[in-house]
Amino acid sequence: MPGETILKVKNIVKNYDAKIAVAGVSFEIKAGEVVGLLGQNGAGKTTIINMILGILEPTEGSIEILGENTKNHREKTAAKMNFAAVYAHLPANLTVYQNLYVSGLLYSVKNLKSKIEKLLKEYDLETFANTNSGLLSSGESSRLNLAKSTINDPRLLLLDEPTASLDPSISRIIRERIKKYAKENDAAVLWTSHNMREIEAVCDKIIFLSRGLVIMQGDPKTLPQERGQKDLEELFIKIAREAPSA
Amino acid sequence: MDPSKIYAIFIRQFFLIKNNPTRLANTFLWLVIDVTEWGFISKYLATLGYATFGYVSVILGAVILMQFMTRIQQGIMAFFLEDIWTQNFINYFASPLKVSEYVAGLILSSIATAIIGFMIMIGIAGLAFGYNLFEIGFLLLPFMTVLFIFGMAVGIFVAGVIFRFGPSAEWAGWPIPIVLSLFSGVFYPISTLPTFMRAFAALLPSSYVFESMRGMIAGQLSGQSLVLNLGIAGVLAAVYFFAAYWFFVRIYRYNLKHGTIARFNSEEL
Repeated sequence: MPGETILKVKNIVKNYDAKIAVAGVSFEIKAGEVVGLLGQNGAGKTTIINMILGILEPTEGSIEILGENTKNHREKTAAKMNFAAVYAHLPANLTVYQNLYVSGLLYSVKNLKSKIEKLLKEYDLETFANTNSGLLSSGESSRLNLAKSTINDPRLLLLDEPTASLDPSISRIIRERIKKYAKENDAAVLWTSHNMREIEAVCDKIIFLSRGLVIMQGDPKTLPQERGQKDLEELFIKIAREAPSA
Repeated sequence: MDPSKIYAIFIRQFFLIKNNPTRLANTFLWLVIDVTEWGFISKYLATLGYATFGYVSVILGAVILMQFMTRIQQGIMAFFLEDIWTQNFINYFASPLKVSEYVAGLILSSIATAIIGFMIMIGIAGLAFGYNLFEIGFLLLPFMTVLFIFGMAVGIFVAGVIFRFGPSAEWAGWPIPIVLSLFSGVFYPISTLPTFMRAFAALLPSSYVFESMRGMIAGQLSGQSLVLNLGIAGVLAAVYFFAAYWFFVRIYRYNLKHGTIARFNSEEL
């Protein structure tokens, strides 16, 4: 349903002993929205994504997916989301098809074989179906991760630098596909990237993080001008230079 | 528990073997060597003429059962290590997979390899040495059940240790069968051990199995003692199994708090 809140992050904090990685972050993403999570290295982006995914426990705060708390309903909420991250690879010693097959079983995907065929076609991976994933180029590997990330038709898609290894042409195709996916499936997408042009092109809203705090949020097309900067890249650089190093 | 998710863990291990059949050599070659070597040793001992019982029955039977338990333990550990080496935990634990389903998948995978290994050993023992393990009779079933549960317990415990301390802790897992065989009386009666070692042996379910088996073959064990031994062994094995699973879940929760699952690889631990 359009306008429905898919993800609600309420005041999450993550401390590692004395080190504060995330210092109280709140935001929401609605159905059909693509939201960019921006910040310099170490700002807390991946920590937030890991907490949403349920593989890292927040020290404080709560996360809800479609109204259900991820801590109390882990399996149920995990079934409604998926992810692709530049640092998370599928096992290199399984073929592309086998990796998608195992992922599909983990998410209890119905009509799995036809779903895999569809994804192989959609992500231009048909010729690599029987190739070991470890033998793929970084671009092909990114496409496999993206194919896996939509295998369960998630309502929440978490993408941590999903196009980092893709050439500009493929990146554009992937961006359009993800945007279309969000609209067609009433899904929400949380997207991190260091490519500001990409963020401008794909995101409906951006959230700037610095040292584990949200310091700014708004429309990527108007926010730079509101803050007296030429574009998003200039705004990013200004924020990064002003922030003390982590 | 969802069978589809347990099957996912199992089929991932099956795919690994299918893609690289040389893994089979590592899994089964040692079994072939072990059974063949102990078969010849037993045969030689039987020719010395001091035997009051069948050496082949006692030693080869014990070796096959010990290897069955070892396969279960090392199967769980090796399949777990595969997920560490491929940094696969993020894919598993960000999905709707439960810890219990993951462990069940590891167990199912190790059962498959242990059963194949068991059949290979039975085949070699029968064809090369004329030994039939099934001559033990219906008691083989409780013996194997105890060793199976204890093997799972040790495998899950070792996986938990590696989950906590990282891949470098795998050294702890490989020699465990040798240590256990020392205290389990696989090749000699527990009474051979010094008193302090006997106390440790009394805590191992496997020691009751091998003592019972030896006593039964030698005709020196009453039915009542046999039932008592199997009862103690069964209870101990069950306690260790639940304790090992509890330990593994605790380590999983520790890793959730410390963010280890997302960055679980050998370079960082």
